[in-house]
Amino acid sequence: MENITLLIGIVIVTALVFDFTNGFHDTANAMATTISTGALKPKTAVAMSAALNLVGAFLSVEVAKTISGGIIDESAGIRPEVIFAGLVGAIVWNLLTWLAGLPSSSSHALFGGLIGATVASVGFDAVNADKVVMKVLIPAVAAPIVAGIAATVATRLTYRLAKNRDERDTAKGYRAGQIASAALVSLAHGTNDAQKTMGVITLALVAGGVVAPHSDPPMWVIVSAGLAIALGTYLGGWRIIQTLGKGLTDIKPAQGFAAQTGAATVILASSHIGFALSTTQVCSGSIMGAGLGRKGGVVRWSTAGRMVAAWGLTLPAAGLVAAGAALLAEQGDWGIATVAVLGLAVSAGIWAASRRKPVTHDNVNDLNEPQGIAAEPAGVVTAALQAVAPPPAGPLAPAAPAAPTATVPAPATTG
Amino acid sequence: MHIDWAALGQVFGVSLVVTVGLVGVFTLGIVGTSRKTETAGATAATSTDGSGALARTGAYACFALCAAAVGYGIYLIVA
Repeated sequence: MENITLLIGIVIVTALVFDFTNGFHDTANAMATTISTGALKPKTAVAMSAALNLVGAFLSVEVAKTISGGIIDESAGIRPEVIFAGLVGAIVWNLLTWLAGLPSSSSHALFGGLIGATVASVGFDAVNADKVVMKVLIPAVAAPIVAGIAATVATRLTYRLAKNRDERDTAKGYRAGQIASAALVSLAHGTNDAQKTMGVITLALVAGGVVAPHSDPPMWVIVSAGLAIALGTYLGGWRIIQTLGKGLTDIKPAQGFAAQTGAATVILASSHIGFALSTTQVCSGSIMGAGLGRKGGVVRWSTAGRMVAAWGLTLPAAGLVAAGAALLAEQGDWGIATVAVLGLAVSAGIWAASRRKPVTHDNVNDLNEPQGIAAEPAGVVTAALQAVAPPPAGPLAPAAPAAPTATVPAPATTG
Repeated sequence: MHIDWAALGQVFGVSLVVTVGLVGVFTLGIVGTSRKTETAGATAATSTDGSGALARTGAYACFALCAAAVGYGIYLIVA
């Protein structure tokens, strides 16, 4: 731990903050539907997810050799200032999307930040456009489709098989199954995303000459990265949990189980086969799929549209912030200090804005009550649709015309 | 530009089959361990007593299969 310069120290702290926002942002992936179906109480759910994230951080020592997966040419030597600027961009975007209650990929924010910072300080040549398409764009399109179709089919199947059963009778079983699937998602998340931060810190340490190149991360790095992501998970991004659990569609226990199982399967299959998909997009897609799979289920396309827009913006937005940060940080010590102060100020501002309409574990499940009237029209539209749509028709057909009428309410995330 | 369609197709196929399979098996387990709703139960009441134990055993086998799948999932994460 000796000889850590101030700059390296700042990078490490920033990386841990990013790790924290990553856990904070992604609690929803594993736990949103678990909370909204009542499988687990909100506090229990986030505590379990946090514990599994922590365990996941220690499970694997397979540190990503390159933090960006080859998107950026790191061979020329990526400097700590660039990593710092990239992290700031990623953190700011993570906090903004959290404020809007939109699930977006933390990995894509990190990629975007690093790309932006690299472009600003080195130029476009250092970015592999092919890799951007292959690792970011294609998965972003594929993930929700793959997970969505799997969850739709699974939801239909489970409703068909259990059609002679009382919903109250089966709910307990579905909830138990859902907890198991959610646990797998949490564990996989801890393993993947805590690793990313460890990779970033190790890279900074290598860049600063503190540890030898190609070495495993020191134990204190593993422990601190695991703790940061677990703490973030435990505090819970309740706004995003609300969107995913209640805002996109109304989830019943059978759907929650199908969605969560689909998400766990897609995440494990994709990382195992070597075509990594973003956890956030997989989970969002499977929740929408489960919404479509139930007869009379309605996906709120306005919320889904805003979410997809956020996905599209993640890379460029994080990149722009990071590019600005990189240009400042290049100016020397005062530039880095300015970036740090600005980053803190923006974060504090976003936090202050969030306090005006706080979403906590107490009100995460009651979308219609405290945030009130805005949600009402959606209920009316949904009810009208259910009355008009003939039950045997595919849910896709009745759901689609809902889009124009349902655009106004945007129920989930008025805060 | 090289896009690995084969891997993507594989992810899609495996995900679809495994998800639907697991959800289906788990649902069979739930169906086996829960009672029928009253209307359906009335029509099938005559045949339930003998096959009740069988249905239960089958249901537990389904749950065991799902537990094994979760175990394999953990193995994939750790490995």
